Parts: sequence; structure tokens; C-alpha cells
Amino acid sequence: MRAVITVVGKDRTGIIAKISETLCKYDVNIQDIAQNVMEELFAMVMLVDISKCNIDFSNLVESLDKDGEQMGLKVHCMHEDIFNAMHRI
Amino acid sequence: MINTGDILETIKMIEEEHLDIRTITMGISLRDLASDDINVLSDKIYDKITKRAEKLVATGESIEHELGIPIINKRISVTPIAMIGATTNANSYVKLAQALDRAAATTGVNFIGGFSALVQKGFAKGDEILINSIPEALAVTNNVCSSVNVASTKAGVNLDAIAKMGQIIKQTAENTKDNQSMGCAKLVVFANAVDDNPFMAGAFHGIGEPETVLNVGVSGPGVVQAAIRRAGDCSIGEVAEIIKKTAFKITRMGQLVGSLASERLGVPFGIVDLSLAPTPAVGDSVARILEEVGLETCGCCGTTAILAMLNDAVKKGGVMASSNVGGLSGAFIPVSEDEGMIAAVNAGVLSMEKLEAMTAVCSVGIDMVAVPGDTTAEVISGLIADEIAIGVVNNKTTAVRVIPAIGKTVGDSVEFGGLLGSAPIMPVSTHSPAKFINRGGRIPAPIHSLKN
Repeated sequence: MRAVITVVGKDRTGIIAKISETLCKYDVNIQDIAQNVMEELFAMVMLVDISKCNIDFSNLVESLDKDGEQMGLKVHCMHEDIFNAMHRI
Repeated sequence: MINTGDILETIKMIEEEHLDIRTITMGISLRDLASDDINVLSDKIYDKITKRAEKLVATGESIEHELGIPIINKRISVTPIAMIGATTNANSYVKLAQALDRAAATTGVNFIGGFSALVQKGFAKGDEILINSIPEALAVTNNVCSSVNVASTKAGVNLDAIAKMGQIIKQTAENTKDNQSMGCAKLVVFANAVDDNPFMAGAFHGIGEPETVLNVGVSGPGVVQAAIRRAGDCSIGEVAEIIKKTAFKITRMGQLVGSLASERLGVPFGIVDLSLAPTPAVGDSVARILEEVGLETCGCCGTTAILAMLNDAVKKGGVMASSNVGGLSGAFIPVSEDEGMIAAVNAGVLSMEKLEAMTAVCSVGIDMVAVPGDTTAEVISGLIADEIAIGVVNNKTTAVRVIPAIGKTVGDSVEFGGLLGSAPIMPVSTHSPAKFINRGGRIPAPIHSLKN
């Protein structure tokens, strides 16, 4: 089971550190990261493996949401299925 | 890895363009229930629905969290109650409506549909009792929806039923006048009603359906509008292409949610209804799509042509995205539930006559239209008859959901709140079709019903 995490907002230090710390805490493995900074805007997309995740998926979403709030960023965590369904035939 | 652009597109659709699953609706057959005592039957109905749909809302919410896509409504539809009520010796089915209402409250769904009768060819035992119970039933319940199918392409038009429904709508408005005549917002008169419609107020569990089934209705007018806006100047053929692609993506989402929900609930997956269902929120309007394509205001000349193209493109895009398509499948044009439609009526551009023309090329009919409270029952019946004729002759579903707003007239508006929105009162011809309506009987089925 995999999920897609996106982080969008104003660039600052420690964004990836913060997110990966949370993921590590809950046993979520990062499989791929794509990231770029356009002018001041930070955008990151992460593909993670949630099959060993030690908390409920909805709790993980909530906890990442909080991380985002603390840093003034918008964080989304959604199941990979939805993107596959919409964009792959 | 999935393309970053695709990921951001999906998130934008949900966050900014109101993409959502409008409803997952569980159909439950009540055909095994019978009793000559209406109290016993009420308990049986309540027990069966609450048992079958026990986990519907919780399952819907868990999928919502997992996928990150909002599922706005969880609903239930049941076998038309006229058929079940007919086993009793009661002369009113209000108690059955109350049992449905209790079941809706217990399961946590926001609407339950199926307080219905199918009378396209005539009234069987139970049908007239049910129809006569509608005004009281809709006044004493909160979440029950009612529908009556008065015509079909195969059977013709039951004019007696149309005459009756004019009176029933008036009576329902009167009974709920302290609440904006709200009862009428939960009452639909159909031609060619479909068995697997997930949308309210017209959903019921058809007689050819399995024991239980799960149907999904998707939504996304805002997404379509935004895609057309981004495309800028291009030919109408390209606009149709953009709509097709967008409809495909929206429908795939419905298919995913439906198959997940059906798997977890252990209920067979029925259909995805390929509909563009608006809400009163800004940026979630079908009228604004038409304007985006190139109308000054929805309702002006050109409206019907664009709507026909939109409706067709939505179907073409959606049909490949889902293994089973059904329900109403088309763009909805409910006036009170669409911010752009409300604005067009208030601007004096969108008239009842234009709405009627629009219903010939899309689903579903004269929907959520408020008319002056003093409109006579015969005029309402005439309005129903016209709309029903469009459905019967064109082999499609049409419907009427009008609200004669008691004590109000043209220039006023009624506020329903929530997804039902607010309806400006629209003028309707006051000249009387009474002689026609009171002739009664049945308009024969059109020649193209003879297909065999």
C-alpha cells in the first residue's frame, strides 16, 4: 500500500526534515521524492510505503496536516489509488 | 512514480474546484416484507434498513479519509413503498414514511428515497393510498424523499395521475408552508423513472434490482468550468474534447470509490451515474460552464445548443471510465441548487420556457423551480404534462420538482439552505389548462414505443 504526500507553500528550512521525522516515527518508508523551489514557492511530492505504518491512515493524515500547519504549509496525504484511477487507463 | 503535474491537478480539483463524490446510495429491497398490520410492517421496514445499512456511513467516511476525496452524501433508496404498503389494510402510509425517517436517523444518512409509486399505466392497490399520504408524510418527516412515475415511453402518460399530482404538490406546499414549502423540494414527478438513480429526491430501488446494491453519483461542474477556462480560445470541438477528458477523470474517481465501498460493505456495485450535479456554492455551477463556453448569461440564445454538447461530452467521457453506467447520467439544471442559474433567473434572462427547452437535451427536468404560491393545481399539472411529454417522446427521463411557495410571488425568493439552496420565484403562465387536465384518462404511448 502506498500513499502520495504533497507539500506546497513558502520555502523555509527544515520542511523535509520535519515531514520525514513524522514518517519515520510511524514507520512509513519514503520511496521517492520529487521537489522543486520556484521563486519562493516550495513544492514537494513524495511517494511513501504505508504497509508497515503503525497508526491508522487517518491519524497519519492528521499528524502530517499538523506539521504543515506549524510550518505554514499545505500538506496533503492521499492514497496512491486515487491518482492511478484518475490518470492511468 | 506518478507524474507530479497529475498529482497537483487532482489536488487542485478537490481543493479549489469542488470535485467530490456527490453521493453513495445504497439500494435495499423491501420486497420480502409484508404484513396486514401497518405497525408490524413499519417495524419490519425499520429493522431491515438499519441492519443492511448499519455500516454505510462509517464505511463512506473511512474511504473519504483514506482517499482524501470528499463524499458529500450517504443515502439509502428502497423499493417503492406503494408496493410494500399494499400488503397492509391501512388507508394511509404516513406511518411507513415515519419508519423510513427513523431508519435514516439511526443509520445517519441524510436522505432516504422510495416513498414512491409507479403509476404510468394506472393505479394498483396501494398506489392511490401512497399518493394521498404524500402531503402529510413529507410534513411529518425530515429526511424522506418521495417520487411518482406518471408516464413512460412504453406505457404512455397517465393523465389522471398528473391531475392528482398537481393537487398533491399544492397540498404538500400548504402543509409545509411554515418551512418554506420545503415538502415540495422532496417530491419528484417522473416520466421514464430509472431503477438505479443514486440522486435525491428521485431515488428508489427498482423492482429489477438485486437485494442490495451500491450506486454512486459523481459531481464536478467546477472542474469542467476551470478546464474550459484554462483552454482559452479554441474551437467548440476542442471544448467538447476537454469536457470528455475531464468527465473521464471525474468518473474514474466515482468508479474507484464505488468499488471500494461495495467491497467493504459486501454489497454488489451497481452503477456510476455520470452527472454534473451543481451546488449553490460559487464555482460549482452548470450554468457557469455554459457561460464559460461563451454565453453572456445562461438562458440567452445558444444555451440549449451548448447544454446539448456538454451533456453528450460528459457521457462520452464517462462511459469508458466506468464498468457500469446508469442512473440519470447527464448534466443537472436544478435552479435553486445552482448559483449561476439563480443569478440568470434574477437577471431576467432564464425563463421557464427556456428551462423547458433545456430539459429536452439534458437530465433531468424542471427541477427545484419555485413558482408563485397562488399557482393553481391545474397549471402545475399542465406544467408537469408538458415536461413529461418531452421525456415520453424523446425516450428519456424527465421530471418535475416545483415548489409553489405559499404566500410568495414573483420577485420573492425561498431559502432552503444547504445543498437545496435558494429559489427565486419564477413567473408561470396563469392561463388555465383545466379542461385538458380534467379530461383524465391516458395519453397513448408514442409510435416509437413499438420497437419489437
